[in-house]
Amino acid sequence: MTAHQSNLTSSRISGGVATDRRHDSAHKHVTGEAVYIDDMPEPAGTLHACLGLSTAAHATIRSMDLSAVRSAPGVIDVLTGEDVPGENDISPTGKHDEPVLAVGKVQFFGQPIFAVIAKTREQARRACRLAKVEYDELPAVFDIAGLDPLSDRLVTPGLTLKRGEAAAAIAGAPRSLKGRMAIGGQDHFYLEGHIALAVPGEDHDVTVYSSTQHPSEVQHMVAHALGVPSHAVTVEIRRMGGGFGGKETQSNQFAAIAAIAAKRLGRAVKIRPDRDDDMTATGKRHDFVVDYEVGFDDEGNILGVDFVYAARCGFSSDLSGPVTDRALFHCDNAYFWPAVKAVSAPLYTNTVSNTAFRGFGGPQGMVGAERVIEEVAFAVGKDPLEIRKLNFYDAAGESSGRGVTPYHQPVEDNVVHRIVAELEQSCDYAGRRREIAAFNANSPIVKRGIALTPVKFGISFTATHYNQAGALVHAYTDGSVHLNHGGTEMGQGLYIKVAQVVAEEFQIDIEQVKITATTTGKVPNTSATAASSGSDLNGMAAQNAARQIRDRLTAFAAEKYEVPVEQVVFLPNRVRVGNQEIPFADLVKQAYMARIQLSAAGFYKTPKIHWDRDKGRGHPFYYFAYGAACSEVSIDTLTGEYVVERTDILHETGRSLNRAIDLGQVEGAFIQGMGWLTTEELVWDDKGRLRTHAPSTYKIPLASDRPKIFNVALADWSEAFEPTVHRSKAVGEPPFMLGMAVLHALSDAVASVAEHRVCPRLDAPATPERVLMAVERVRKVASG
Amino acid sequence: MIEARRGLRFLLNDEEIALADAAPDETLLDWLRLRRSLRGTKEGCAEGDCGACTVLVGRLCGGQLVYEGVNACIRFLGSLDGCHVVTVEHLKGRDGTLHPVQQAMVDFHGSQCGFCTPGFVMSLYGLWMRSPDPSDEEIEKALQGNLCRCTGYEAIIRAARAVSSYGQGGTDALALERDAVASRLKAMRDGRRVEIGEGRQRLVVPASVDDLAAVLEAEPAATIVAGSTDVGLWVTKFMREISPAVFIGGLQELQAISEANGFVTIGAGVSYSQARSFLAQRIPALGTLIDRIGGDQVRNMGTIGGNIANGSPIGDMPPPLIALGATVTLRRGGERRSVPLEDFFIAYGKQDRRPGEFVEALHVPLPKDGAHFSVYKVTKRRDEDITAALGAFHLGIEGGTVSSARIAYGGMAATPKRARAVEAALTGQPWSQETVEAALAAYDEDYQPISDMRASAEYRMLAAKNLLRRFFIETTGTKKPFTVKRYEEA
Repeated sequence: MTAHQSNLTSSRISGGVATDRRHDSAHKHVTGEAVYIDDMPEPAGTLHACLGLSTAAHATIRSMDLSAVRSAPGVIDVLTGEDVPGENDISPTGKHDEPVLAVGKVQFFGQPIFAVIAKTREQARRACRLAKVEYDELPAVFDIAGLDPLSDRLVTPGLTLKRGEAAAAIAGAPRSLKGRMAIGGQDHFYLEGHIALAVPGEDHDVTVYSSTQHPSEVQHMVAHALGVPSHAVTVEIRRMGGGFGGKETQSNQFAAIAAIAAKRLGRAVKIRPDRDDDMTATGKRHDFVVDYEVGFDDEGNILGVDFVYAARCGFSSDLSGPVTDRALFHCDNAYFWPAVKAVSAPLYTNTVSNTAFRGFGGPQGMVGAERVIEEVAFAVGKDPLEIRKLNFYDAAGESSGRGVTPYHQPVEDNVVHRIVAELEQSCDYAGRRREIAAFNANSPIVKRGIALTPVKFGISFTATHYNQAGALVHAYTDGSVHLNHGGTEMGQGLYIKVAQVVAEEFQIDIEQVKITATTTGKVPNTSATAASSGSDLNGMAAQNAARQIRDRLTAFAAEKYEVPVEQVVFLPNRVRVGNQEIPFADLVKQAYMARIQLSAAGFYKTPKIHWDRDKGRGHPFYYFAYGAACSEVSIDTLTGEYVVERTDILHETGRSLNRAIDLGQVEGAFIQGMGWLTTEELVWDDKGRLRTHAPSTYKIPLASDRPKIFNVALADWSEAFEPTVHRSKAVGEPPFMLGMAVLHALSDAVASVAEHRVCPRLDAPATPERVLMAVERVRKVASG
Repeated sequence: MIEARRGLRFLLNDEEIALADAAPDETLLDWLRLRRSLRGTKEGCAEGDCGACTVLVGRLCGGQLVYEGVNACIRFLGSLDGCHVVTVEHLKGRDGTLHPVQQAMVDFHGSQCGFCTPGFVMSLYGLWMRSPDPSDEEIEKALQGNLCRCTGYEAIIRAARAVSSYGQGGTDALALERDAVASRLKAMRDGRRVEIGEGRQRLVVPASVDDLAAVLEAEPAATIVAGSTDVGLWVTKFMREISPAVFIGGLQELQAISEANGFVTIGAGVSYSQARSFLAQRIPALGTLIDRIGGDQVRNMGTIGGNIANGSPIGDMPPPLIALGATVTLRRGGERRSVPLEDFFIAYGKQDRRPGEFVEALHVPLPKDGAHFSVYKVTKRRDEDITAALGAFHLGIEGGTVSSARIAYGGMAATPKRARAVEAALTGQPWSQETVEAALAAYDEDYQPISDMRASAEYRMLAAKNLLRRFFIETTGTKKPFTVKRYEEA
């Protein structure tokens, strides 16, 4: 590529904020030139690792004979837990409950118990199958439906949120009801599976290329496992082929094994599990069982709610504590509960340890809230949308006393009323509801349904210390700029957004800004790229770094040209200093000659937030993000098969840094959320073996599952309430929950078989099977 | 006999390849990535379901050069003799300009993480070649075998719609070199058998069907590989030995499909894609069904003969073919025998195929005038999903009375199986709601389905019964729609 020629007379830079820049790697994606870890040239002599997985769900290992594995063709080494030189633990929360390789005992079917290192990946895979392992089986727990959330074993303490006296409010309400909802889990199904390549260095050093959303954690885990200081470990990641939370903690295991093997053998070691092993051995979205009780009046005003959110966490804590916490933080969705009690139960099971997944428990929390709304609507015989609107929090600026969350944080930025009102109008909700009723009256087999559901999602890590970020920016003497920060690129467009912020800050074309791979050697102690925080945090940190350099350039120019600093103005690709304009590159060169530092480390921490978990009180979220979706479906009441006829979305992302990227996030998140609630079903058998461990059995949405009509809009009036980066708002997770509209439209269609007299209580995922069974149940209940 | 050739010959992009050391179970994907360092083609699942590894394979079909998208992860090198393999690296013009398909994907934000993107580009490229200005339905069909987890597809569809506005693709390598490639491929055809390796490394590509018969007589335990949409997984997922592997995908004699005297004859090597329009014109329900088998890549590779021969209880072609009364021709050496398809499936994993025998052709009687024939496939996800339950109904109705009934299901038993008790309950009865409702009890005699990850036994049974109801409504009802559809059928 030839060097970029900056236009020195333009009125705008190319690629500043609020422009619809393409993904920085788009041209490399389409040609196959974008390098993922498996595409990197391998150092000579690179070896390949494969994990040996347990074939019992809960057992002590009576014997493990690996002699045939060791003597298999191409095998160089076999590792067990005893070979871990440092600590055999990768628990991300320091609970010491998750071994790199299990020793003596296994706690789920598919748990890694040894690793084979061979000359080729194929040889390693084949050798793995030769292990002879004998187990003494122990009693195992797979399903949470039969567990007692209050007395059975937890992986980490649950949380209680409480405001007002829920029990009294429910008891005193004119009406009340209780119920239970099962909500399935979800596999991330990133197209690029887990992978790590470890290259040994001198002394204790090792460089690990890891497909991870959390390089710093991988660094620390590898250091612990090796028993070396963190400074010996460098973790780098240019891009992932998708993450969605599945590479927040789950990369640790692969990185640790590759690093241990690499240091032990003095050769580069790569590990890339097959899709089946990836799906079997790594954690997923938590499935939940939600018990609810609600008190309400004849109008549908909710007066009190009591929730118990029980989650299947698997054998270790992983991130189950914060995930189940976030479920409770969203047990209100967009609704004010006058009195509320919500309890979480992160239950121990002999299944893979569940982990982060886009929304991080929030979606399950909201699905519980929406079920309560639906139940009340059926009970009082009203359209669920009416009940939704009736129970919203106060709008921003309104103060009727309905503005406090169950965790005592005020809701100050609420725009859900406006979003819902605009969407309701633009999608003609009322008119279409009438048309659907007319259609259904005349269609015995196919029934239609419609639903409009809102989303309010809290932005910030609830672990307050995670809300910090760093960046490293260098200006070179030719005026080109090197950008590095702690955020990782998994497809969400973070790199381009942050580059836009830096280009804007310097007022240089974005072509002058070099995006570089995330590495722990440049920006340390970073947080996971998660919780939708990527551009909020890293954009601010990068802006801060760029601003430091810009301020130094300003001071330098003012001094050199003897003008007040106010007369140093950064124009596109040039700087006006007094009466003259100097090309940006020239000013940088001059500053260098004058020995001005042209490199800066930027930093940002989110203001305002705090959280006291023991008291269940605080201000855990900097702000909320809002959106709403309306979906219409058709179901076949003979088989439960369905089609999404239409979806309309209105979502807000503040003053978007890049609307094209944000639109892609909204569309993609909706489809992923829809998949979670419809066809994506995880099935374990009675041995605790996951039976849906590949795309042949686990069905994520296809192009032909998109709504037939799909209208997605970003609210053009939206602006962040808080001073976020250029007043933009986070977009990664919030639109995921727009998928709830499909679940509720399916429920609405099911309910039509009995004139909406019976709440279908449709559990998720609403597979054709669940839809048909709900139709059968509704008919049965209705006919008494 | 002419001496066997000891190596495979094919084209990779613009390079001629001669491979004397191909292993029988070596996949195209591993070869591309590990031995050729062409790493634009990705592995997402290694089972032909995600499409990240999509490449085009061009081959001469009756003198015509035809390019089809295939899954490189489950395609063996042995199946590529005389073919042209085109990978994503071949699309960009020599001057660096992106192909219209690539440029549209860039401009319409069709990639996010980018890992599935090369596969999408190749599928859209294949579509662009056969249909430069496709409808949404065509686009979606072309992408049934490509999974994207980031975009929600909308941006990709927008790109696909726009490709035609990027001009004719004047720098398109395959268009420019079409004739040259065709003659290079023609020149590779030497009419010789290919044999490579011994013992566990033995790979054979027979020169003709007679040669195939001879190979199998000599090596009756050989693995016959046609489209490898199933055998591919034996290797990538179960690491089974398949040597000696006999590759029959290049045998044009097995790829004939014809109609005569009320019968359609389908050669065992006819792929779903090759059969689709021919069958759809004569038996529309089969066209609709084929559109829901796998994705485009699987339909381009997979054969109807293979779907029969491997005997899966959830294969989609056996139930309708049984309902139609198809027979299968098996051949060993010069001997042939014909077996009613329903008798070919003996038990789970056991077919009436003797050592050294191979499926040569299927003979399918066309439904008689006035007969009703429908097939319904029920799956968790509409497209590219494996059957939970599939029902095929073939009823003769004369004067309002059921004169004949052949009903078969997949997913309801250990083999594709006729519903003989249900047929008996219908035959001779008036074709009425009462008859249908009365016949439902007979399902319990015919089937005891299992519960698995695709469906519960309870759902399978209920859905199976309801399919008979649907068939009745479809043949007699007036209040449309009878089921949910993504597109109104033309």
